[in-house]
Amino acid sequence: MADLTSDFVGIKSPNPFWLASAPPTDKEYNVRRAFEAGWGGVVWKTLGEDPPIVNVNGPRYGAIWGADRRLLGLNNIELITDRTLEVNLREIKQVKRDYPNHAVVVSLMVPCVEESWKHILPLVEDTGADGIELNFGCPHGMSERGMGSAVGQVPEYIEMVTRWCKQNTRMPVIVKLTPNITDIRKPAIAAQQGGADAVSLINTINSIVSVDLDSFAPEPVIDGKGAHGGYCGPAVKPIALNMVAEIARNPETADLPISGIGGVTTWRDAAEFMTLGAGNVQVCTAAMTYGFKVVQEMISGLSQWMDEKGFTSTDQIVRRAVPNCSDWQHLNLNYVAKAVIDQDACIKCGRCYAACEDTSHQAIAMSEDRVFTVKDEECVACNLCVNVCPVEGCITMEPMEPGTIDPRTGRKVEAEYANWTTHPNNPGACAAE
Amino acid sequence: MTDKTLEPGVVPGRLDASAYDAHFSDLHPPLEGHEALVAADRCYFCHDAPCVTACPTDIDIPLFIRQIATGTPESAARTIFNQNILGGMCARVCPTETLCEEACVRELAEGKPVEIGRLQRYATDTLMDQDVHPFTRAAPTGKSLAVVGAGPAGLACAHRAAMLGHDVTIYDARPKPGGLNEFGIAAYKSTDDFAAREVDWLMQIGGITLRHGQALGRDITLDALQKQHDAVFLGLGLGAVNALGLEGEDKGGLEDAVDFIAELRQASDLSKLPIGRDVVVIGGGMTAIDAAVQAKLLGALNVSLVYRRGRERMNASAFEQDLAASKGVRIITNATPKAIHGNGAVREIEFEYTDDDLTPTGQTVRLPADQVFKAIGQKLEGAGLPALDGGKIAVQGAGRTSVDGVWAGGDCAAGGDDLTVTAVAEGRDAAEDIHSHLTAEG
Repeated sequence: MADLTSDFVGIKSPNPFWLASAPPTDKEYNVRRAFEAGWGGVVWKTLGEDPPIVNVNGPRYGAIWGADRRLLGLNNIELITDRTLEVNLREIKQVKRDYPNHAVVVSLMVPCVEESWKHILPLVEDTGADGIELNFGCPHGMSERGMGSAVGQVPEYIEMVTRWCKQNTRMPVIVKLTPNITDIRKPAIAAQQGGADAVSLINTINSIVSVDLDSFAPEPVIDGKGAHGGYCGPAVKPIALNMVAEIARNPETADLPISGIGGVTTWRDAAEFMTLGAGNVQVCTAAMTYGFKVVQEMISGLSQWMDEKGFTSTDQIVRRAVPNCSDWQHLNLNYVAKAVIDQDACIKCGRCYAACEDTSHQAIAMSEDRVFTVKDEECVACNLCVNVCPVEGCITMEPMEPGTIDPRTGRKVEAEYANWTTHPNNPGACAAE
Repeated sequence: MTDKTLEPGVVPGRLDASAYDAHFSDLHPPLEGHEALVAADRCYFCHDAPCVTACPTDIDIPLFIRQIATGTPESAARTIFNQNILGGMCARVCPTETLCEEACVRELAEGKPVEIGRLQRYATDTLMDQDVHPFTRAAPTGKSLAVVGAGPAGLACAHRAAMLGHDVTIYDARPKPGGLNEFGIAAYKSTDDFAAREVDWLMQIGGITLRHGQALGRDITLDALQKQHDAVFLGLGLGAVNALGLEGEDKGGLEDAVDFIAELRQASDLSKLPIGRDVVVIGGGMTAIDAAVQAKLLGALNVSLVYRRGRERMNASAFEQDLAASKGVRIITNATPKAIHGNGAVREIEFEYTDDDLTPTGQTVRLPADQVFKAIGQKLEGAGLPALDGGKIAVQGAGRTSVDGVWAGGDCAAGGDDLTVTAVAEGRDAAEDIHSHLTAEG
């Protein structure tokens, strides 16, 4: 059996699955239930200065759904903890005392004044918590008060506050980044320069999930009005994966540990984040949708996959896909593939035909008796048919052997790698060395 | 129609040779990969799920279905086998329509439950087809357990006890292990010799010795077993069959349904198995349905299933009743057998209609019959057994009998509902209790 124990910037946990700072980690009661259910660690819901903030007294969440009302994206307008600092600190201390082998990291958000940070850090340290996470990501409410993503959008602030924290605590400092910026590499570099032990990302994305077409107000509606919220859940995973990879690929931050967050729902999502550079993952929406027990599938699935691949510890999968993350200009233009439809698996729905005929390259033929076949002389291997096909594995992209003739171009498939930088159509092409 | 279709009497080969395979193929064909993913996607991953509560072995159904949905059916199988080592057979024979699938919230919402039984089969088949046994034995404890009966209860008990490090010897009266899984379930529920393959797979845990032809009271005694072993588990099932109590019950053509089913299960060539043209099955449980449906599938022209009470009182589920009806079995209710007619062999069987309190109405009906299967219940046989309760071995807690050091479970034990899955749960729980008992003794 693969060893799932995790050591993230010196913080040890029985597995790499942590609950992200969010409603599921707001109270001792929830966190104890989470540890009993199998979660490896938690990032306690963000603490702030007293008096505590207040939340709206109407709906805090909105959602989008897929088929069969499967929750795909969740949006929230909840703020940081609305309980007093003293209550939270006391509960953190009790939980950490009872669960010494689980990770307990405390999320913090106080004003951008050094005194505020100097004041709260020793209080957190006293709980025995394993580390802190700086909430520079919350995109609603707190940002209007100069905190959360208002800090995360200004690299200089990130660096400054991170440095204050590093100077005033021995605990590892994780900086949580907002995706509501143009280039995620900049805040990551700022965190690193401030001395951060790690970054975690992504926090939620600015969003309006839907509009109530009777009251003409964005959801969730509070007495006729709605404010933008923070979007999370399976729908944001691709955005998060890219941002994690951007940081992992950047030579400047290649050694900066990453805690991956954003739509992790299954073991597979976690494995993908980790291969793109995340040392562990944080989960919120999956737990909020299915309950804490959902971690059991993540544990068994990751373990099974690692066993099948021959990996014995999680550090062997971290960054494993990073070397294969490339810029477009370096993709091999001599690689030629064609779609192939498995006639035994095909259920004859015709979605591939509609997609290709109407919106792509007219590369699929349809017979009178609904047999769908690929026209190799038209197929550009765009993959759209694969993506719209309801049967997994029915349509595949098969690479052409070097030396064969691509019927679309009439040209021989070359075995040699050649990319855009040397392509004759590229005005800026340089000769191949 | 073949030249044997209308032939009176009990004769073999009523069907075209090619028809047998089709008739006795899987009742619920296995799910293909795509089907399994679509079916698994329908599970809501309910909290404290009603399906788990409804499962006698408490399989974590939402978890195993999620494991299928995320492409790890092998992990799903482990989740199932943790609770139910005969999860493969239970996936085939459980009356899911009255257990997990009846409780499924989608049954409430849409009248279409998640296909839990077929998904369980998909997961367990995946791992068993890889010939992977997911458990290893604990260090030997030096203690030995005798298990009487190699049916579902005995096998579940033996596996769990062996896993916990005890040495187990199973004593079984028959020449093959499996009990009712091997001899007593309709062939279309356990195809491709699955019962035997499952036992072979289960035995991979190690530490279990199988001894055949060992019937309690004939070849072995409880006293002797207690002397040779540190504990005894009785899972011998019900060896005797209830009689109709009518004159002429010894006439040719009258058989016990369990014998017919066992013979059919062990037949290497179904076209050689004789079956009547007019068959009557007496009883209202699963055995009656299994006998009636299989008689029809073997080519009987007319098959009637006669039950003394109303349909709602039948032990066979509505699904099983519908299955029988769909195969052409005529179900007659509120009729009690009254007389057997025929000279040497049965020719007709006479029933009297009764009301719902079994009060005779005076009205009778005669059904032509050249074969009659009795399926009116089985009973425990054997001497020197622990104290009984209602004709079965009395048990307390996890199968503790009146005799210290002797446990019982499955059909031979009082309580329970005589299902395979219940027998597995009882065998498993008894093994855990035996383990606590043996290790506490030090």
